[in-house]
Amino acid sequence: MIINHPLLGPRDASEFVYLGDASLIDRPDWQHENSQQEFHNYLYLRDNPAGEHRELWFHEQGDRSWLVVTRNTLTHEISKVELARDVAKERGRDK
Amino acid sequence: MRYSGFKVLWEGLTGNRGWKPVWREPEPKESYDIVIVGGGGHGLATAYYLAKQFGMTNIAVVEKGWIGSGNVGRNTTIIRSNYMLPGNEPFYEFSMKLWENLEQDFNYNAMVSQRGIINLFHSDPQRDAFARRGNAMRMAGADAVLLDRAGIEKHCPFLDFDNARFPIKGGLWQPRGGTVRHDAVAWGYARGADARGVDIIQNCEVTGFVMENGECKGVETSRGTIRAGKTAVCVAGSSGRVMEKAGMRLPIESHVLQAFVSEGLKPVIPGVITFGAGHFYVSQSDKGGLVFGGDIDGYNTYAQRGNLPVVEDVCEGGMAIMPMIGRARLLRMWGGVVDMSMDGSPFIDKTHIDGLYFNGGWCYGGFKATPASGYCYAHLLARDEPHPTATELRLDRFLTGNIIDEKGVGAQPNLH
Repeated sequence: MIINHPLLGPRDASEFVYLGDASLIDRPDWQHENSQQEFHNYLYLRDNPAGEHRELWFHEQGDRSWLVVTRNTLTHEISKVELARDVAKERGRDK
Repeated sequence: MRYSGFKVLWEGLTGNRGWKPVWREPEPKESYDIVIVGGGGHGLATAYYLAKQFGMTNIAVVEKGWIGSGNVGRNTTIIRSNYMLPGNEPFYEFSMKLWENLEQDFNYNAMVSQRGIINLFHSDPQRDAFARRGNAMRMAGADAVLLDRAGIEKHCPFLDFDNARFPIKGGLWQPRGGTVRHDAVAWGYARGADARGVDIIQNCEVTGFVMENGECKGVETSRGTIRAGKTAVCVAGSSGRVMEKAGMRLPIESHVLQAFVSEGLKPVIPGVITFGAGHFYVSQSDKGGLVFGGDIDGYNTYAQRGNLPVVEDVCEGGMAIMPMIGRARLLRMWGGVVDMSMDGSPFIDKTHIDGLYFNGGWCYGGFKATPASGYCYAHLLARDEPHPTATELRLDRFLTGNIIDEKGVGAQPNLH
């Protein structure tokens, strides 16, 4: 697979380390009254879709940036690559 | 029809005209006591043990394609019980004991071949870790022998003992480990279940669950609605896709594991050998091909094919311990979709929905578990309580803190 890095252009997937579903950006609030259940769901449960999947890749052998890659899990086709920083900011995170 | 050596001889002398289809092709009935979703090794084993051990025969196994078309036909056929943790090891040892008696039990030649498995170690700390695992295995009733370098040389003189980076210091040997003819396992269980009255319904895809008042009352399929007292999902590899129809999210990611077969060679590898410093395992099939594999690709996928970086990595692992493998040509390679769970261990449990049961999360090691998985799932379905060896394989173990993490790498499925 080739990941089209937003800053560096097309790079081989073997330069990257895979983390998992991009929902891992949305860390729950630890002070919330139901935080134990929320952290369980956040850490352990997955949508695991057959089809379009947004996921986190780390460019370990490159510029060490985190990316959100939108990829089809049935065909391995990559339709979108964003910097995870931008996605996190869009979702209201400060960094 | 009972199979025997005499029967083979008789048929050979009379033109092989007496063989009959091994199972029926029934139309689905309107309802069953239990519907098993998934006609793979585990699903068919479940049906077989429900019929044989628990006396339940009003059962259907529904399968999307043909039986055995999933991972039971795609794995590298290794059986072993060399786990460490109390939640796992008694279960896998139970499975090993069922393997040892399987062919007599279901009267089918599954070619169970206990030629042993050797896990190599390459350093002193790794030897200590393997000694500990061997002790845990022996405490659970399994067999384990710690071999030093001379012991390994006796079994496998062809290994690269003085590799500059990963010299071979010894290995943990389980003599009862080995390989089994994988397709025959599915066929043998199917034949045994069918003979006892279980309906095996192929080309019947589950499209949804029948939910009434929050309870599961059967399945919607491409061949109509089939009602069931209990619905038992057993579709490892597709667990996410199927359980989504019941609105469930699972502690599972789907990944692809690749496997490789070389051209046929004369007998050269005595049993199963695994590399301790990378991920590579190899055995030799009865046809002579070297059957080997390594790591999963490491990203979510439902495609039954992988990518080239892992091919390179696996072949490097092979070259590191067994340079002679470089002379063999790769004949074919394929990928299978596996349920990678959050702690690397499986699930055999009721779900929170009444009437709906779940078996999955087998990671890349489901084949060896086939008999025990079927037996324990049958026990759960028949008696509504877990089999004594499967009490910890619960869906809620992450919430209760009872994870079974052999490798200790946490909730990172592609590292298990």
